[in-house]
Amino acid sequence: MNVTIVDYNSGNISSVINSFKEVAKDKVNIEVTSDLNKIKSSDKVVLPGQGSFKSCVDALSNISGLVDTLNEFAINNKKPLLGICVGLQMFADVGFEETETKGLGWISGKVSKIDNKNGKYKLPHIGWNQINIIQESKIFKDIENNSHMYFVHSYEFVPEDKNVVSATTDYSSNIVCSVEKENIFGTQFHPEKSDKIGLKIIDNFINL
Amino acid sequence: MLKNRIIPCLDVKNGRVVKGINFVDLQDAGDPVEQAKIYSDGGADEICFLDITASNENRDTIYDVVEKTSKKCFVPLTVGGGVRSIEDINKLLNCGADKVSINTAAVQNPEVVEESSKKFGSQCIVVAIDAKKNGDKWEIFTHGGRNNTGIDAIEFAKKMEASGAGELLVTSMDRDGTQVGYDIELMAKISSMINIPVIASGGVGNLDHLVDGIKLGNASAVLAASIFHYSKYSVKEAKEYLDSKGIPVRI
Repeated sequence: MNVTIVDYNSGNISSVINSFKEVAKDKVNIEVTSDLNKIKSSDKVVLPGQGSFKSCVDALSNISGLVDTLNEFAINNKKPLLGICVGLQMFADVGFEETETKGLGWISGKVSKIDNKNGKYKLPHIGWNQINIIQESKIFKDIENNSHMYFVHSYEFVPEDKNVVSATTDYSSNIVCSVEKENIFGTQFHPEKSDKIGLKIIDNFINL
Repeated sequence: MLKNRIIPCLDVKNGRVVKGINFVDLQDAGDPVEQAKIYSDGGADEICFLDITASNENRDTIYDVVEKTSKKCFVPLTVGGGVRSIEDINKLLNCGADKVSINTAAVQNPEVVEESSKKFGSQCIVVAIDAKKNGDKWEIFTHGGRNNTGIDAIEFAKKMEASGAGELLVTSMDRDGTQVGYDIELMAKISSMINIPVIASGGVGNLDHLVDGIKLGNASAVLAASIFHYSKYSVKEAKEYLDSKGIPVRI
């Protein structure tokens, strides 16, 4: 099996690469590339993302044909894709970080700044927070409710259809931190930095 | 609920730990990779390396340490010490660091903070503020605490927040190495003036100091070095103690 981590200059992806290689061992081939043919032929795709919504969308668009290839992979061919952090946020129709920017439009909704309640909550939301699993997700196999995951973000994904939400986390409000829509998965937290429990989520995705 | 973080820090010089954990079963007590793994297995919420390598020819040793650690520890890794340029930050991130802490360069050349947070995202830019009390204010020191800049620490903290820093690592130079506790007044003051998380550092001698840093200093995270060395306390013991004092921690 081939799992491709999309390398599109979205910032630091070495931790994502290290964690997937740790879980995959020699059983699964982990590719790190922006090569369109390799993405097309892979079994699963991981879409990481760091920095701002706009910078990630711009970086995706700067690689000719990449957005079309990802659309074909996830929407037409319905193959499994995992978005992490801004990778998840880009599923939305639109994001408001820096300036209003169009997203991939895979899951209707918007990405807006977390309400800090007049400074009561520090932003970025950095550190370990518990996830509240509100709906079974395939990537949560053997993951206990209220497990701790590592977060670092200031913006949140607000999907229109709440049925796609598999988990939330409590920080000023119930922030969406995991979604599943058919073959499309996303986590706002960083499984690659969430210790053994995070590696289990990666393992679940690889074994889908 | 967001948990308060405990961050053990290792001083690394020429690729070796300077003051390490003195575990009998350690094959190599000076190996930062092995020590970081013990911390992360023990429940450390993050790991911090402070590179104190003095000579330029040995500066590259830290990259090797970071690369090896990031393949074994799957919690966030922060690296500081001698970070001067966008290129330095880029190299550390590529080796597997999750965050980079900038100290002297942030004072001498604040554009580094602005540029790097734009380029790599605020989430990976930590500004390390070394401050010392002078009368009724605190002043910024650079070069590992040797140079007094006379810059007001509170004003500087606000400026760094505006420049895009994701977190501030605040060290009291009066307390560093004394083991008498954090400068609570400094932590509380900076924490109340800014809206990004503060990591308290400098002066921890016992577990009550960690409690004070969070409860009185309003720090989001507490960093400590020597109390975790020589097995005085384990990270696990520290977390259980904080938990018993009603502080939310990841256990």
